[in-house]
Amino acid sequence: MWLWGSMTAAGTLPSATLQGVDTVIRLADLASQSIFAARLEQLRGRCVVLAPSDQLTAALALIELDGVARRVVLCPPGLPDEHLVLVAKEANADACVADSAVPDMSRLGVESIGLPEPRVLAGDVDRRCSHASEWILLTSGTTGAPKLVLHSLASLTSAFARQPRSSETTVWSTFYDIRRYGGLQVLLRALHAGSMVLSSADEPVPDFLARAGAATVTHISGTPSHWRRALMSGAAGRIAPRNVRLSGEIADQAILDSLRAAYPGATVAHAFASTEAGVAFEVGDGAAGFPAALIGAPGAVELKIEEGTLRIRSAGNAVRYLGDPAPRLKSDDGFVDTGDRVEQRDGRYYFMGRSGGVINVGGLKVHPEEVEAVINSHPWVRMSLVKARRSPITGAVVTAEVVPADAVVGQAERPANEQLTHEITELCQRVLAAHKVPAMIRIVPALAMSAAGKLVRPNA
Amino acid sequence: MSVRSTITSLFEDVAREQGRRLSPLSDDLKLLQSGLDSLSFALIVARLEDSLGFDPFDSAEAVTFPVTFGDFIRLYESHPR
Repeated sequence: MWLWGSMTAAGTLPSATLQGVDTVIRLADLASQSIFAARLEQLRGRCVVLAPSDQLTAALALIELDGVARRVVLCPPGLPDEHLVLVAKEANADACVADSAVPDMSRLGVESIGLPEPRVLAGDVDRRCSHASEWILLTSGTTGAPKLVLHSLASLTSAFARQPRSSETTVWSTFYDIRRYGGLQVLLRALHAGSMVLSSADEPVPDFLARAGAATVTHISGTPSHWRRALMSGAAGRIAPRNVRLSGEIADQAILDSLRAAYPGATVAHAFASTEAGVAFEVGDGAAGFPAALIGAPGAVELKIEEGTLRIRSAGNAVRYLGDPAPRLKSDDGFVDTGDRVEQRDGRYYFMGRSGGVINVGGLKVHPEEVEAVINSHPWVRMSLVKARRSPITGAVVTAEVVPADAVVGQAERPANEQLTHEITELCQRVLAAHKVPAMIRIVPALAMSAAGKLVRPNA
Repeated sequence: MSVRSTITSLFEDVAREQGRRLSPLSDDLKLLQSGLDSLSFALIVARLEDSLGFDPFDSAEAVTFPVTFGDFIRLYESHPR
């Protein structure tokens, strides 16, 4: 089955809409019209990098390209040009769809296909399915360059394909961007069950909530950080959802209780999902963590714990990584290691953070090594250790411990600690995304090293 | 230094470091209209924990999330030391 086919089969299409900040698209209009118009046939059978500047265009392009393109690579917002080129190369792309300037990739055999006036449906279009399209999602890698994760429509929809269809009208929304796994899940659910209100990074939270409220949103999801922001906006009461969902970060008891108090009529549930492992489970009992009985239980999603981290095997798992050589996604027995550490207390498992020191800031992953490489490029830095500090606002913030160099050739005197931390912060701000910049930098005389001469990382 | 003046100067420091334009601070200023983002608030809360020795958000009970600058200050002022 392809996306357009399963959307039309779901039966909700005639009244369904996709709502951007200032544009509403009736999904039924897509039966005969297209944002690509005649260009859609040029994309048939090709490997397409999809890099539009807004979520609505991305969503429409996904609906149109599934079953048409051989492979669709979905770029997250803010992907730097040099990464776009790397991704196009790694995915063997031969076309790039964008509505703003992208680097010239013709020497890689990638044709740029512009979307001059996005979101305008026009022309006559053939919605025939000719390819089982591969979906490529990007996730952050250790070096800063993204990793390419291969999914299929079947793996992306497996979490809800087996659920019975609700007869009630549903309007979905999410604080997430639909160009990342969490948001894409919501989009795909909505396309099979009702309408959707898309968020926008440029839109103030109260405005988004007012728009979602006006559209009578019934199901809405976000990270605990998104929800804390919504509660701090003073506009949380603009929506009255039936279903409030959290995922992408550890949901602590305080945020679960606060949401139950804010939305007394709603089911508040937190879910576990990742780009690689897919959707694993949803916890609806109002308590943080998850019941220990889920581990080892038979079912469509199998969970186990090995070396302290949660492992998942299900039809929702990604198929594999792309790349040459491609990193390994699954162990021999077919389980995906989520890298999330869990600990059992009183019949429940609790999430304890990520293995390998990976830091989750408001749902976005930060690899300490990437930040350390930037800090270490300062001439007065000998070495550094980047780690997480727990935060009630964003789940975690990035902190750094820095060992300064004793002497630098050609430079007389070491800057004072305050000056050095200031310079390192400026350097990081220039090179790294805001959530990766250390919130606090401490100058230390030395860092602990293991016997093998590696930095000792907490929980690594 | 009072809790209020500690918090006020931290808002100013963090805004400067993060390159954000801080709105004039008054008790009825909405936090999300202060010019600071979530990351800035995360920074402020972490530094307050270091200087005051507690984090009022870290509670087993449901936290009433502050909406205005005045709420934010009261959350810290009313916390048992």
